[in-house]
Amino acid sequence: MYTQALNIKDMAAAAEDSAFDARFQSRVDAEEKIEPNDWMPDAYRRTLVRQIAQHAHSEIVGMLPEGNWITRAPSLKRKAALLAKVQDEGGHGAYLYAAAETLGVSREDLVEQLLDGKQKYSSIFNYPTLSWADIGIIGWLVDGAAIMNQIPLCRCSYGPYARAMIRICKEESFHQRQGYEIMVTLCRDGTPEQKAMAQDALNRWWWPVLMMFGPSDKDSQHTDKSMRWKIKRFTNDDLRQKFIDATVPQGQYLGLTFPDPAMKHNDRTGHWEHGEIDWSEFKRVVAGDGPCNRQRMKQRRDANENGAWVREAALAFAQKRRARAEAAARIAAE
Amino acid sequence: MTEKNWPLWEVFIRSRTGLAHRHVGSVHAVDAEMALQNARDVYTRRGEGLSLWVVPSSAIVASDPADKDLMFEPTASKIYRHPTFYDVPDEVGHM
Repeated sequence: MYTQALNIKDMAAAAEDSAFDARFQSRVDAEEKIEPNDWMPDAYRRTLVRQIAQHAHSEIVGMLPEGNWITRAPSLKRKAALLAKVQDEGGHGAYLYAAAETLGVSREDLVEQLLDGKQKYSSIFNYPTLSWADIGIIGWLVDGAAIMNQIPLCRCSYGPYARAMIRICKEESFHQRQGYEIMVTLCRDGTPEQKAMAQDALNRWWWPVLMMFGPSDKDSQHTDKSMRWKIKRFTNDDLRQKFIDATVPQGQYLGLTFPDPAMKHNDRTGHWEHGEIDWSEFKRVVAGDGPCNRQRMKQRRDANENGAWVREAALAFAQKRRARAEAAARIAAE
Repeated sequence: MTEKNWPLWEVFIRSRTGLAHRHVGSVHAVDAEMALQNARDVYTRRGEGLSLWVVPSSAIVASDPADKDLMFEPTASKIYRHPTFYDVPDEVGHM
């Protein structure tokens, strides 16, 4: 954001100073917000850049699977809602890139790192949207899982990220409800074929959605530090459990069956227990070998390359207009 | 291809009449007009505001957090600047 030069000042020297580190941690422990120009450990900055950028990329890539259905939405109402939702995702990407830029990186660099494969986006967007029910599922489950992940981020120790998340969470609530309404329409008011389509969508998306929360706590590499820095408030497994507990009754209301024969309610703990997640699939998709990875990256690369001349022309036009205005002012002054 | 980045603008929104404009985030744009349009699209999709300001980020001068004590600490000892520093007799009532 503003005065980014301050961010870079003496960073190397300061990083060695453990007194700074201790003071930083005590501020975080006291639930104080860390702001762009405050001193922060280099690793904290890097973790945030990685996480916020990945989050921003996910919002932008997330527009693709849903955009796929805009022209084929079944009614004008659904089309308007889907357009608004996809536009929101673009907006969320913009808020998040803006938050990342307060850490001294540029949006263009982050986009380049995505296109070079150095940064990632959420694995969930590598799955295809094969039927209209998938649009319902994305709103209900994908956005539902995102909300579960994102509500604790509203209290993240880094101010600009926390503030961006507050805006995003408000808007995600519309996304989830419009998705669930699509599901209700298909499942409760729909024909048997429509209900079967909804069940098929749930079958395909359920496991990938559970993987959205990331590796199990015993395999997660970033959790400890992120928790200490209050970037993260709950572990992956905690959030996954909260999501499942919230979602199962919603699925039951729809009359759908979750594709997990091991799923059962534990009356003692009050939680829904789930079967083993296939982490080899998760690793494969994250590594680039999901159903749509290549297509998504190609679409992003094409959009970036095909838009280059527009970005250049807009800059040139603005410069020309500025030069003309300055010349006119000079003549008027003479 | 060496592509020049679009300049950064800070966005401020007045959410209701009578309130001050408040910083909400930033946008990239080639000029002020485009910055206003982008700020509208990015930050006011749900009636968040009645008025928008965009300011080139490079035009903002900020105090350095490292000078926080130097800047703001001196006022902490000046408690006589607050109304509660002064005693008013109970008989006089609320003042």
